Amino acid sequence: MTHLPILPVLVPLVTGALMLIPPFNEVNNRQRALGTLASLIMLAVAALLVITVDRDGTLLYAVGEWQPPFGILLVVDRLSAILLLLTSVLVLAVQLYASGGDDAEGRFFQPLLMFQAMGIQGAFLTGDIFNLFVFFEVLLIASYGLVIHGGGKQKTAANLHYVILNLAGSALFLIGLGILYGTFGTLNMADMARVASSIEGGDLTLAKAGALLLVIVFGLKSAMLPLHFWLPKTYAASPAAVAALFAIMTKVGIYSLWRVHGAIFGEQAGGLANVALPWLWPLAWLTLLMGIIAVLASQTLRSLAANLVIISVGSLLLMVAMPSEQTTSAGLYYLLHSTLATALVFLLAGMIVAQRGKAEDRFVAARAVSQPLLLGSLFFVAALALIGMPPLSGFIGKALMMKAALQQGEAGWIWPPLLLASLAALLVLSRAGSTLFWRVRDGKPGTAQAHPLQLVGVGVLLLALVLMVVGAGWLTDYTAAAAQGLYQGIDTRVLPTGGAS
Amino acid sequence: MEFSFAIAVGFLTAAGVFLMLRGQTFPVILGLTLLSYATNLFLFASGRLVINGAAILGSSENYTDPLPQALVLTAIVIGFAMTAFVIILAIRARTDLGNDQVDGRESALDISAEYKSRKERRES
Repeated sequence: MTHLPILPVLVPLVTGALMLIPPFNEVNNRQRALGTLASLIMLAVAALLVITVDRDGTLLYAVGEWQPPFGILLVVDRLSAILLLLTSVLVLAVQLYASGGDDAEGRFFQPLLMFQAMGIQGAFLTGDIFNLFVFFEVLLIASYGLVIHGGGKQKTAANLHYVILNLAGSALFLIGLGILYGTFGTLNMADMARVASSIEGGDLTLAKAGALLLVIVFGLKSAMLPLHFWLPKTYAASPAAVAALFAIMTKVGIYSLWRVHGAIFGEQAGGLANVALPWLWPLAWLTLLMGIIAVLASQTLRSLAANLVIISVGSLLLMVAMPSEQTTSAGLYYLLHSTLATALVFLLAGMIVAQRGKAEDRFVAARAVSQPLLLGSLFFVAALALIGMPPLSGFIGKALMMKAALQQGEAGWIWPPLLLASLAALLVLSRAGSTLFWRVRDGKPGTAQAHPLQLVGVGVLLLALVLMVVGAGWLTDYTAAAAQGLYQGIDTRVLPTGGAS
Repeated sequence: MEFSFAIAVGFLTAAGVFLMLRGQTFPVILGLTLLSYATNLFLFASGRLVINGAAILGSSENYTDPLPQALVLTAIVIGFAMTAFVIILAIRARTDLGNDQVDGRESALDISAEYKSRKERRES
């Protein structure tokens, strides 16, 4: 049990490696079963971590017994644990969906999925920002491979932009880390939060530059304006299962903003306090606005879903830009919801593309889908969730965010874009649904049927959304405690007396 | 020493950024590589520059901070893998798209030709 915190990294790592050697290296049911098994184990581990952390408080794991602040430290607090649970639910859904046949378009879908899961879970676990960089690279290199899964002109072109942008982002990340190490003398997040207030003079200016460089990096990951132009194209070009998995990639950026700019450069940081806020605030607002415009202009269901990701990122950035326990708690609930809901739309888009022939998911009159009732009702439920209508979790998430904004006295700035986003989503999703399912040209519908495993994958996401409503009371208590834990800082008993300064 | 080191990092960065802004994939990749060299040097300097210092305790009078060296080593390995990947991807893009422009289009002429053919298709 003491080794529980490392399992979310180890399980996908070992599984991914196993999938590269016989007898699991062929894309067949044996490999798929191994992937499903690993995903279920990850889900169980994450659930266990959520419960353990809620009962016993933050778990710390010094890898190889090398003590912080210099050793590699994994920290599982409530925030990390709930995001691990979200990741494992998403990975399970995507794994099942892809096992319905999509993984056979290329050779390495299943192992790459595992490595991607390892990178994401590691990023949520790590307690020092250099390892955050390392896990970012792990999840990125897996995602580079996943974007071009299946191949094709569009995917190659989109991937080239995605890779080059992210490589430039990695260089900036390292420069930022170098500056921060030079001024702080440590890269452990808890230690940095402690040292932050004692930085002054010339170092203060340098540290500010480093902190703002990290805003650019996390902004690029989370698709903050003006660094979001890569996202719609990349997500729309990716295979459905991959795009659904990517719904959480932007959230890794949001999480890093919370961890680094919320906790390290937060209120307690003296001259560095809230250094990113003057930038985040207008950019978040504009990101949301841009998302609304882009969503209204979308021509296909996949680009519509990608632009909905930008809307959710904009809303979350607004919550990040008002650092307080209420906003973070509300943002966290909405983060869980929006990740699941957008992933659901991407998976549905994949099934619709498969059934509509040449028209794919463009909003034009075309032949009918072969399972109109099934896909139509799934689409209806997903749309309700995304718009934020009761009874699904989108409503609760939006309401929580608006309440938090009211408590911060910023309702005048936050409510209009949030409500406009819902209105825009209502408009475009109803238009999209009626075009896709009702504007049918005469002729026989196709014969392609959704694979049962694809439906199981979608079912996992639906179930998670329903559970988020049923367990909303417990979950909001949990997110509130997670937000409180974030701003309290990581327990300093991990740090040796004196520490590094 | 600090001065020449800073000049080297600055020059590499400037050259890297300049090349990254080119329109063809090969210069862009070269630019990324130069930028990653600059980054590695910069990261190395974040532990302050020490001459004749050892990174291991008990082997010398002078010591240097060993952590940036470990960080640079990690960064170099990751940068190496990423460069290898992006080169393969660029070759793939050259084959798939028929040219080595980052946006997959040859030139302004190419764009106008595409526009014309699209217009003709719409009219027919």
